[in-house]
Amino acid sequence: MPRPRPVALQLPVDDNPGACSVPRGGGWRPGARWARTDAPESTDVESQIAALPAHAKPPMRELGRRSEAAVHPYRGDAPAHQAMSVEATVAAFHASPLALIGKVGRREEVVAACASAASLGIVVGMAATHARALVSDLDFRPAEPEADAALLDHLALRAVRRWTPIAAATPPDGLWLDLTGCEHLHGGEERFCQRLRAFCQRAGFTARVAVADTPGAAHAVARFGRAALTIVPSGRTVEALGPLPIAALRLNSVALTAGRKFGFETVADLLPVARGPLARRLGLAAITRLDQALGGVAEPITPREDAEVPVVERRLLEPICTAEAIERVMGDLLADLAEVLQARGLGARVLRLVGLRIDGGEQVVAVGTSRPTREVSHLLRLLKLRIDRIDPGLGIEQFTLVAPHTEPLDAIDLGAVLADETLVRDPARLVDVVAGRIGARAVYRLAPVESHVPERAVIRSDPVDAPGGWPEWVRPVRLFARPEPLARVIALLPDQPPRRFEWRGTTYMIVAGDGPERIHGEWWRRDAEVWAVRDYYRVEDDKGGRYWVFRRGDGFESETGDLSWWMHGVFA
Amino acid sequence: MFAASTNLQHSLAQLRTIAVPVADYRVLPFEIQGIDSRLSGGGLRTGALHEAAAHSCSVVDDAATTLFLAGIAARESARTGGPVLWASCRNDLYAPGLEQAGLLSANVIYAQPLDDSALLAVIEDAVRDGTPSAVIAEARQVSMVATRRLQLVAADADIPVLLLRRRRGREHDPLGEPSAAWTRWRIASAPSQRLNVAGVGRPRWSVELARQRSGTSFSMIVEGCDETGCLAVPAALGHRTAETAGPARYAAA
Repeated sequence: MPRPRPVALQLPVDDNPGACSVPRGGGWRPGARWARTDAPESTDVESQIAALPAHAKPPMRELGRRSEAAVHPYRGDAPAHQAMSVEATVAAFHASPLALIGKVGRREEVVAACASAASLGIVVGMAATHARALVSDLDFRPAEPEADAALLDHLALRAVRRWTPIAAATPPDGLWLDLTGCEHLHGGEERFCQRLRAFCQRAGFTARVAVADTPGAAHAVARFGRAALTIVPSGRTVEALGPLPIAALRLNSVALTAGRKFGFETVADLLPVARGPLARRLGLAAITRLDQALGGVAEPITPREDAEVPVVERRLLEPICTAEAIERVMGDLLADLAEVLQARGLGARVLRLVGLRIDGGEQVVAVGTSRPTREVSHLLRLLKLRIDRIDPGLGIEQFTLVAPHTEPLDAIDLGAVLADETLVRDPARLVDVVAGRIGARAVYRLAPVESHVPERAVIRSDPVDAPGGWPEWVRPVRLFARPEPLARVIALLPDQPPRRFEWRGTTYMIVAGDGPERIHGEWWRRDAEVWAVRDYYRVEDDKGGRYWVFRRGDGFESETGDLSWWMHGVFA
Repeated sequence: MFAASTNLQHSLAQLRTIAVPVADYRVLPFEIQGIDSRLSGGGLRTGALHEAAAHSCSVVDDAATTLFLAGIAARESARTGGPVLWASCRNDLYAPGLEQAGLLSANVIYAQPLDDSALLAVIEDAVRDGTPSAVIAEARQVSMVATRRLQLVAADADIPVLLLRRRRGREHDPLGEPSAAWTRWRIASAPSQRLNVAGVGRPRWSVELARQRSGTSFSMIVEGCDETGCLAVPAALGHRTAETAGPARYAAA
């Protein structure tokens, strides 16, 4: 029996529009806005809208621009207002150049000028009256060298507390930070410099940072180098200093004048000249400065002392020079320091042992820990690893142990230990021991990354924090850093494992295989991976070897890969 | 008469305790009768140095040796609950693969020294520290003196030190060199059981105990680590273990 065909619904056509102007049957509506010939041009509308006051303008959505987000009904037009005010502030800041005036000799001079003042022609050393005549609305303020020195000292104290135990102010405008042994706390030298510059920017200072082997070289490169952030690699001091002018060496004015007279422009000009004649021409002080910058003469930094840093000291009756005696002193000092730390509720992250030799030299060793601790046996083990780096010379007569970087450490709950009597194994201790021997970078954990591409799924992470796990896809135990190509592969397309292949000059006959596991390229990383596909197979050869091989491409589309076969890993 | 027989029984038991060496050390059993009964002490001694080397210089045997040691370390870590230190000069280990042998990434700390001498110093320091539950080291050149030191510190700290001895060349046999290790293993990869469906079966290894202190050597075929690091004995045809009740892949005839 044939089914009745559905009848198309037909509405009765009503010519009388009534309340609605559209005929019921649909179709063309007379008088539609788009059909009007006298419709206003879009440019006219826009000009009319532009003529309206700001509060009466229709929102973007009503104008038919869909890309604009609708304004929240409870929010006014504040953003435009704010933007204007920020602009106005910036303009006002640039409009009022600032210069500091101080008394140099018997006349008043400009001693410092801000960037906007400098762009108006105000230079340091110009007479104050001259500057006033040049720019009438220049903001003149008297220079306060004492306040500057106090601020610099405050910065040095902050550096001692936050960055490094050995920091000193170098008046009038610099800081010396000794990064030895504590750059790991800030993520390395470069990262530390970037953080330092960011800090100065937030505080309103313009900073130039240089890291070098000697304080003199860092001083010179920071002031006369090209970039605002320079890290001179260890041992490359001469190359870094060579192109700088000789004024970078902190010479006095007499030596500078003499140098100009004899034609010494850069530091590189001084290097080949014989020492004796150079000393007669520039003075012995200039030679010392040169040697200090190049590392020939030691220039110890006298650190800004902070009363808050825990320090213990032992002065010995007789100088000692054997390893056993030094170890004994270390143990005594650590016991003293542990009491100090316990009283304050602190744990040490960095320890610094300074031994004063009888010839006046200093022997400094430093250790770092991955967690704050005040356990004497653990710290002693770390310090003992450093004994061979102490050169006792004729004997050491005084030891000072400083904990420059400390963190709060409270009492630890031991309830679980008493209940189970299990040994609590703290990975941080192991990490410290291993890192003390081979360096902090060589100790790591492997953490998962959210990526299906096998070589990207693993990243090195901090050795103390425990990472998570990976999805349970079958994975080999050894993965080649670069997949190795397979030759003469016989495999059925599109989804069968290979039956034979050649790899490293040997032929493999495959007897079993699992797969494919398809892994797509990550299009958000590279353009080349947009269509890329790898089909992974786990195969076993007739001798019992299990391998992880993959084919580029899915076997249908040529954009997904060139159908080449690769070896990527080995199963057990 | 009765008193005499009880006397005899008593003296027999006493004699037996004297004849059978008593293990006064902690052992880590493999949970496999065929291996545990042939190991002196009924399992792998925890406070000792154990060496393993690949049977040939192929990467496959090397991977089997790696996973064999990883399984031992995983079981020891699960028992004592401490981190495992993995010291190696190379970095081609793939952590997701180790995780499938029971060695979770949260339990492993990796150390990558520059050379073998630094590596031996590192693992000695770590064992002396007593924090790790097991130490795995991959080394190429280990002298007799170094193995003796490692054995002493391992016995002192009761921590297993598992040394993967690498070959220095195609003909070089690491187990041919003298060593103070408690046991020395030679591991090779073996063909897995063919399934009646397409696919690769559970991996099998040929495990050979080349030398052990106060015991004899043996060799056998075992099935590789499961996700807890445990080995298994292959189920012989017709004598299937309880595992055959599980997935159909093991029920191949």
